[in-house]
Amino acid sequence: MNELDGMPFVQVLATHYNYWITIFLIAAGLFIVAARSNMIKSLVGLGIFQTSVYLLYLSPGKIIGGSPPILADRVEVYSNPLPHVLILTAIVVGVATLALGLAIVVRIHEAYGTIEESEITGTIDREDYPE
Amino acid sequence: MDSALLIELALAIPALGAGGIALAGRIPNLREGVTLVTAAALFWVVVISLLPRVLEGGRPSVTLFEAFDGLTLSFAVEPLGMLFACIASTLWIVNSIYSIGYMRGNNEPRQTGFYVCFAIAISSAMGIAFAGNLFTLFLFYEILTVSTFPLVAHKGNEEARAKGRIYILLLMGTSMILLLPAIGWTFVATGTADFTPGGILAGAGLSAGALTVLYLLYVFGIGKAAVMPVHFWLPAAMVAPTPVSALLHAVAVVKAGVFSVVKVTVFIFGIDLLGETGASQPILYISGATVIIASLIALCQDNLKKRLAFSTVSQLSYVVMAAAIATPAAIIGAALHIAAHAVSKITLFFAAGSIYTAAHLTEVSQLDGLARKQPITFAAFLIGALSIIGLPPFIGLWSKWWIGIGAADGELYWVIAVLMISSLLNVAYLLPIVARGWFVPTGAAPSAPEEVQTIKEAPIPAVAALSITAILCIVLFFAADPLLSLVQQIELTAPTGGADG
Amino acid sequence: MSADASFHAAEHLPALQVVVPLLGAVICAAVRQRHICAAITIGCSALMPIIAFGLLYQVQAGGPISYHLGGWPPPYGIEYYVDAPNAYLLILVSLMGAAVALYAPRSVGDEIRPEAQGWYYSMYLMCMAGLLGMAITGDAFNVFVFMEISSLAMYTLIALGRERRALVAAFQYLIIGTIGATFYVIGVGLIYSMTGTLNLVDISGLIWESEQYRPITAGLAFIVVGIGLKLAIFPLHLWLPNAYAYAPTVATAFIASTATKVAVYLLLRFLFSVFGVTYTFSLTPAAEILMLLAVLAMVIASLSAIFQINTKRMLAYSSVSQVGYMILGIAMVSELGLTGGINHLFNHALIKACLFLAVGCVFYSAGVTRTENLAGMGKRMPLTMAAFVIAGLGLIGIPGTAGFVSKWYLIEAAAEAGLWWVVAAIVISSFMAILYVGHVIEVAYFRQPTVKIVRNPPPEMMAVTLTLAVSVIVFGFWTEISAGVAEDAARSLLAGYGGADG
Repeated sequence: MNELDGMPFVQVLATHYNYWITIFLIAAGLFIVAARSNMIKSLVGLGIFQTSVYLLYLSPGKIIGGSPPILADRVEVYSNPLPHVLILTAIVVGVATLALGLAIVVRIHEAYGTIEESEITGTIDREDYPE
Repeated sequence: MDSALLIELALAIPALGAGGIALAGRIPNLREGVTLVTAAALFWVVVISLLPRVLEGGRPSVTLFEAFDGLTLSFAVEPLGMLFACIASTLWIVNSIYSIGYMRGNNEPRQTGFYVCFAIAISSAMGIAFAGNLFTLFLFYEILTVSTFPLVAHKGNEEARAKGRIYILLLMGTSMILLLPAIGWTFVATGTADFTPGGILAGAGLSAGALTVLYLLYVFGIGKAAVMPVHFWLPAAMVAPTPVSALLHAVAVVKAGVFSVVKVTVFIFGIDLLGETGASQPILYISGATVIIASLIALCQDNLKKRLAFSTVSQLSYVVMAAAIATPAAIIGAALHIAAHAVSKITLFFAAGSIYTAAHLTEVSQLDGLARKQPITFAAFLIGALSIIGLPPFIGLWSKWWIGIGAADGELYWVIAVLMISSLLNVAYLLPIVARGWFVPTGAAPSAPEEVQTIKEAPIPAVAALSITAILCIVLFFAADPLLSLVQQIELTAPTGGADG
Repeated sequence: MSADASFHAAEHLPALQVVVPLLGAVICAAVRQRHICAAITIGCSALMPIIAFGLLYQVQAGGPISYHLGGWPPPYGIEYYVDAPNAYLLILVSLMGAAVALYAPRSVGDEIRPEAQGWYYSMYLMCMAGLLGMAITGDAFNVFVFMEISSLAMYTLIALGRERRALVAAFQYLIIGTIGATFYVIGVGLIYSMTGTLNLVDISGLIWESEQYRPITAGLAFIVVGIGLKLAIFPLHLWLPNAYAYAPTVATAFIASTATKVAVYLLLRFLFSVFGVTYTFSLTPAAEILMLLAVLAMVIASLSAIFQINTKRMLAYSSVSQVGYMILGIAMVSELGLTGGINHLFNHALIKACLFLAVGCVFYSAGVTRTENLAGMGKRMPLTMAAFVIAGLGLIGIPGTAGFVSKWYLIEAAAEAGLWWVVAAIVISSFMAILYVGHVIEVAYFRQPTVKIVRNPPPEMMAVTLTLAVSVIVFGFWTEISAGVAEDAARSLLAGYGGADG
């Protein structure tokens, strides 16, 4: 049933390298978001994390030997166009998120004079008690 | 007039009265006038119009609408509920008269809010009395809790707030944590929540152990019945003004509690089921213990209202104990005791309040010689005390008599012993108060303030009110027949054949 | 001619539901003059419930509606699919949106800088469009797009808050919200690669035909966690308290009463309709996990709420615990439980919006949100605090309020399933609600005032708050819509897409 069963590990690694890269990007992106206190770096991590999704969608859409999905004579096999469309949308969404995130970081810098989250969160609860 | 309309009126009159009182708030005389008119109208509807129909065997019911999940907001009048409604509506008139004297005499703040909450509380008491199913009962039970909270915390100082917190947390907490699951359990097990003669749990297939747990959930979930250990709210609520204490301890709140316990016992479990399974045994012992322990605590209290509060805890457990005996005579005793204790205890509280209004005294040890200044008050106190003790010719005798018979029916002779010990304890904590007033010379106790010399009797409305209730204690002893015929009509078992209206 | 046009409008209601606020948002962004924007917002928002009721009517009359966007039939094009569950949700979101929009102008004028107010309205409509889109669409990827539209608008709304802390709250939510949305889209990608379709109805049919269940189960897990971040399921709720506490009051009221509800709907949709009861609950331990998390949320978040000193933050923690109730209803996988959960979605939206709006009135009048500063408000602002008390009682679940209805269903469902520890958790959480609601009420009614009332709240703010308070009581008794439709929705969810037509 499972085509991976019985396949040598190296072969699994090699034939599915796109998934391994995706997994690496997911893990790396999430790690950066979680571990970095600097807000810009968090956003960079978020970008890497989102990029992993692009790869996840695009790689199964490519059919080996298929041509780009533009109607032409003598072409029988096309790659799936839908993932490209989807990821185009996802990229737009990602850019918008990044832009908004950066804009908020600029404002935070104006308001607090720092963009280190660890320095800011310490003061948040104290602001309930105005001196 | 249509009986269904009368039921609706019984609920609507106090609620509308609350609105009227709020509107008339700026003019005290008009406001008190509205209160009295509302109380009188309620009395007319409940006692004069509805009571005779129930005595003749009528069982009017009305369903307002279906709320959800097969639960309806419906009311059904039966003798037990009728009894509670009569007590509440009658004593509300007396209490209103008393309140006017007390509140004015003490220059209490926020009087309009006081009367409004009072009227809402009475409305919800009517709802509890006439509730046709557990959902309706629960709804009005909670409204009663919420509407009496402002009354308890009326003074608004730190102490009143703290006590108000205990009051609301304990009453609302027990109802949420214990009563609501009990109702849900009942509903899931039987598919209905209607109060049905003979009970609904008989065929539900619950084991004796499950029934025992369910009965415990109900009795402790109805925190207003103040069975130990959920009685703390009652002494705490003593910070309230005296008319509120009278309302809490005689008219609405605690009576709503024990009434609900009896109602659940008779119409949800059914006394036959309880007799067969013994599911009420633990409550029987717990309430028996409460009777004695609360009396002993009352003995140690110097604060007059606190002493009366613990006396109430003890007396309420009479009713719960009688319900848990679950024999027909005991149920009659329980119902009678709701009435007997209401009339007697309101007299005692009125007396305590009028002592406070006239002399600003709150401790038992300060009362030396006061009876000579306030003879009517102390006479009434004596009558109330004797009635609580259960001596003839006061109403308190009848209820103890029936509870005793019920216990003998169930061959629970230790219950009779509890009754006797408790009566002796009643003598020990109530009569010394009267004795101090009459026989100890003024000024014997160093704690008495000097102004005692200039004390006169309390304001006329207050004195009038406590005289009325004291007289009621005696009248009801001789005129116990209508009362008895009412409670003997309580349907203890399912009607055999034929649907009743 | 006009009859012809109205016929057209009726046919395109599903698209109009989303397009109208979206257009409104664009116009607001272009105009940016606050009075004009306010008028546009109120106009668009008022139109929404009408469209939503029209849709419900169509669904009840003729079964589920399938609307093909751009005329492309599914599964090639994007389909808008309306049946009982989302018609219910559309009504909820659009009603709350309309109520808050009516309330908004003066509260916004008070809390937000004048030059940013136009943007507020634009983002408000954008957020509404996104939420309605999430509810109405039948396409998994389209859900993601609308999710991001509403989220981006929400981050902006939160960042518009008066205090500088609002910025930090918005940033934290942005990070977590984006992670959630990305998780969701990863899950969708996995399912897409196994089934080759993005249409929800289509997926539900093709799931059992795939060769491998493991990627689909992994996709389910990603989707549940992604949506879980959005709906602040315990322990993924850490973004929520700050976001609710520091956003402008109107934004908080709107987000609290709609955003988490839409996320709950999505969860329901995926667990029941798309994957189906059989797949979700027999192949995965979803029910057990969700039930545990729900119970933890109900108890722990309530506990946190008790110790908050800021009323808005307290209400935010209470939201986390109330979300637990809804998840609990889902996790019991029974008709009663689902009815309770879906009904609680509706009731909690009413209750929480009323509470936040009441707090907004107090803020407008006295400029305070800390609980101790509410002292004496019971006397100074009797109507506002009366609304707060009524909604607070609803939160506790006193009979006669909407909160009791849903709690009753949940307790009944738990008792029916013999889950006594769940019953215990429900009642304990209710008891904690007495503590945190009671504290505010006590401070408001039995303490001496500490702050001055600068002005009275304007009539429209009072009117909206009081209407919601009254509706909390009305829906405690009259439950034909709130519980009746919830029951329909529960039934159609349990039946899955296949059974929904019947």
